[in-house]
Order: sequence, then structure tokens, then C-alpha cells
Amino acid sequence: MARRSLEQRRARIAWAFLAPTLVVLLVVAAYPLFRTFQLSLYRANLLDYPLRPEWVGLANYAYLIRDAYWWISVKNTVIFAVVSVSLETVLGLGIALLVNAKFPLRGAMRTAMLIPWAIPTVVSAQMWRWMYNDVYGVVNDLLLRAHLIEKPLAWLADPHLVLPAIIAVDVWKTTPFMALLLLAGLQSIPEELYEAATVDGASPVQQFWFITLPLLVPALLVALIFRTLDALRVFDVIYVMSGVNPSTMSMSVYARQQLVDFGALGYGSALSTGIFLVIALFVVLYLTALRVEVD
Amino acid sequence: MPLWRVLKPVLFYLLVLLVFVYLVFPFYWAVVSSLKSPQELFATPVTYWPAHPRWQNYRDVFVMQPFGRNLLNSAVVAGATTLIALLLGSFAAYALGRFRFFGKRPIYYAILAVTMFPQISVLGGMYVLIKTLGLYNTWWALIFSYMIFTLPFTVWVLTSFVREIPRELEEAAYVDGATPMQVLFLVLLPLMAPGLVTAGLLAFIGAWNEFLFALTFTVDDRARTVPVAIAFFSGASQYELPWAQIMAASVLVTVPLIVLVLVFQQRIIAGLTAGAVKG
Repeated sequence: MARRSLEQRRARIAWAFLAPTLVVLLVVAAYPLFRTFQLSLYRANLLDYPLRPEWVGLANYAYLIRDAYWWISVKNTVIFAVVSVSLETVLGLGIALLVNAKFPLRGAMRTAMLIPWAIPTVVSAQMWRWMYNDVYGVVNDLLLRAHLIEKPLAWLADPHLVLPAIIAVDVWKTTPFMALLLLAGLQSIPEELYEAATVDGASPVQQFWFITLPLLVPALLVALIFRTLDALRVFDVIYVMSGVNPSTMSMSVYARQQLVDFGALGYGSALSTGIFLVIALFVVLYLTALRVEVD
Repeated sequence: MPLWRVLKPVLFYLLVLLVFVYLVFPFYWAVVSSLKSPQELFATPVTYWPAHPRWQNYRDVFVMQPFGRNLLNSAVVAGATTLIALLLGSFAAYALGRFRFFGKRPIYYAILAVTMFPQISVLGGMYVLIKTLGLYNTWWALIFSYMIFTLPFTVWVLTSFVREIPRELEEAAYVDGATPMQVLFLVLLPLMAPGLVTAGLLAFIGAWNEFLFALTFTVDDRARTVPVAIAFFSGASQYELPWAQIMAASVLVTVPLIVLVLVFQQRIIAGLTAGAVKG
């Protein structure tokens, strides 16, 4: 009996310590999420104060289904996410393997890997925008010198080049992060496995396929899921490099334009809810397809 | 065979060098561009080193743009966000890492889930809430909304640190009649210092770099933070962007981050991998 009441007392203390965080998260996360969903059932102008919401039921969603721009933004976002995450994974694995080898300047290399990660996305977008400049940009200059292109390209103005150009920026910025996560995974693989394999006469390539890769799968999956969810909500790099432009706009860029620039609080909220559902769909796909254990 | 033995380290270091240049070059380019005069900046062929370094560009950032104010806004917002997230986060981490109670698991996962969901999915509701509370275009609008991504992450990192601290010290303190609050502040927090540094750094960097909320919840330089300012730097005309100033400002906000990263790289890597690998 005494033990039981002690446990109850401890539980009360725990709840008291949790309470501030829970209250804050209810106010800044749960409530705005619910409110956004609720607003998606109304027509309302962001600039009205106080708001004068007019009930429209599912009309915003009916419009969303037929909205060609929404589907363009979904397509752009999925292309962005799939291409950049795939490239980041392959390049990140390569860099992780390279840095996992022991060599004198390894420390400097690890520091260099944190630089792109630490630079604010807006800043890196501006740096690359300048590098991509069609006349004075260093990218064209380097490619011309290397004879890889014959005349300067308008990286950010050509509708066929702009999305790949932005993807390249994202790859530069997040590959090192991927590499660091994978490096931590690589370093948790016991050295003895490789020693035993070498004794048994396994080649380095065999060791990679039969030891490194299988043991790296958990770290790889976690990194993959994180990066995909991150890429699907992309906003900063696209907004800064090409504004609201049908050849690049992501779901977040389009939703914000409707919501803020056009003041369409109801329709913008329906788009936000749509994004939430698309991302939730990806989470479910990942969790079921890969049967990831959540713990 | 001997040829391969010579070639292998050469190829290896070439590869290392290539990766290093790839990672660092854009930052190098920003530094070089920030020191060029307009004539050199807008000249072909491109030069790879400024002929006459022009430090004036750095002064212009503060004179021609309200960048000092933007820096102050960013520092206050990121600093306050970090302190609040650490304070609330260590309370929550203490509860989640040390106590057993009904409903702990669902709460832990609910907090985790908040770190996953996209900021855009709360934008409309948050905007209305911030207007209603009268916070629009103030520091508080940003500190308030930044809790959504800093607090859950802080709780998560700190909880993993609390779990690794041995219980004996705490129990001794309880036997001596300390209250739970005293135990947290006098016994646990000092031991959690590395965790606080890690979580604090990541929260600070996250808040310092945030763009979407800062863009949406501010209208002028009263509360506008550095990322928004850098995105909107304007020159004499709409078509002529002040690239040297943009690059100078970019270097100015990146250098402190690089210093932080240099000093605390072990802690940052520990935090990033604890968050992702153990999660």
C-alpha cells in the first residue's frame, strides 16, 4: 500500500514536470494544426481582422482536386525529394566510407563536412544564386574552362535547368549531414568482423557488400526517412532561388503563396492540410514497406 | 603491384581533396565575392582572387542596409528560444527519463511526432493565433512559434542524456530530504551540462536559420531576422542586386556558426547522431 502511494506521488511529480512542455506544445502545435484544418472548411481572408469566415464545407478540397498548380507543386516536390535524397544517400555513403578510413587530415575533413550543414539555407541559396549567375557566375566559368559546355547557361532562368540546379544546391547542403549519420553507423561496426573476413580471404568489395552494407541498413533507413520528410516540406531554397514559379514551386511554396500573398486563408489551409496528408502517406509507405521498428 | 602501391594513396588523397573542395568552395566563393569592387564583381572573365580587397562592402552592410538591427533581432530571438526550450525541455526530460507513470510512452511518441510534421501545416492557424494574441511583427511571435521545432527536439536529446546519468546521486539527495526541484537543479543539471550544450547549440542554430515563420510573421525591420533580410537585400534598382553586400552579410552570419561548429563539433555530431540513430 505504501509502495503504491509512493508510485502515485512520483507519477504526480512527473506530470508536474511535464506539464509546461505539454501546455506549450498544445498551444503552439496541436491548436494551430487543428485550427488550420478547421479553416480549410471556410472561406476567409487573411487580412480581415477580426476574421469573417464563411462556411463552405469541402468546397476548398473540391477545388484542390482540380487545381492544376497544386498537382504541379506535388510533382515538383516529389521529383525534388526523390532525386535529391537518392543523390545524397549515394554521395553521403561514399564520403562516409572515405572519412571512415584513417588518415592524417581526417579531423579537418570532418569539420569541413559540418560547414554546409551549419550555413543557413537562405544564405547558401543566395551564395549559389550568385554562383549560378548566367554572365558573372563561377559555375559557367568553370564549366566553360573545362569545355563541358560551349556557351554560358542560364541556370535559374531556363525552365529545364532550374529544378536540377536547385536540387544540386540541396545535395551540396545536406550530403554532409547524411555522411555524418552514416559515419556514426560505420563506426559502430566491430573491427573484428573485417579482420575475420580478411583472414578468410574476402576482398574489400566482398567485405563492403556482405558486412558493411547489411550492418549499415538501420542507420541508412533512419537517415533516409529523416531526409525524405525534410525534403517533402522544402521551402527556403526554392523560394529564395526562384520565387513562386511553376517550374520549381514546391507544395509549401504554393501553399504559402495562396495563404499569405493572396490572403486565401481557407484555400491555403486546405493546401496545408493536403501537404500534411501527402507527408503522412509517405510515412506510412516507409513504415510498412520497410517494416521499420519504431523504438 | 608497386605501381598500384604508389598510385593508391595518391588517388585516395586526390579524392579527399576533391570532396574537400566541393564542400568548402561555395563558402570560399562568398568570401572572395564579398571583397570585390563592383567593377571586378561584374566583369568577365571571372577572377578567382580579389585584385584589391574592398572591405568597404562589410561596412556597407550596416550602413546601406539595416543589418545591425536584423542581427540584434536574430540574436534575441534565437537566444530566448534556446533558453526557454532548455528550461522546459530539462523539466520534461527529467520526467520522461527518470519517472515511471501511466501514459509515458504515448506522450514520448507524440512529442517525437511533432518534430516530424511540416511547419507549413500549421501556418494558417499559427498566423491567426499570433494576430489574436497581438504578437504579429514582434520578437515574441518568432520565439513563440519556434517552440514548435526547438522544444520537442530538446526534450528528445535531453531525455537520452538523463537516461545515462547514474541514479545513485539522486537517491542520496532524496534521502537527505531534497525536493524533486532541488534534485533537478542541484544534482542533475550539472551532470547534464554536455547534453544542455548539445541541445542548446542545435536549438540555437535551428532558430538562427529559420526562414518560413520569420518571413510570414514579420513585416519590417522591427522583428525581421537575418535570413529574411538576406533574402530581401535590395540595391539601387530592382534589377541590380547588391551581390557584394549580400555575400558580405552571408559571410558575417556564417562565421559565428563555423566557429561554434569548430569549437563544439564533437558535441554537435553526438547530438545529431543521438537524435537520429538512437531515436
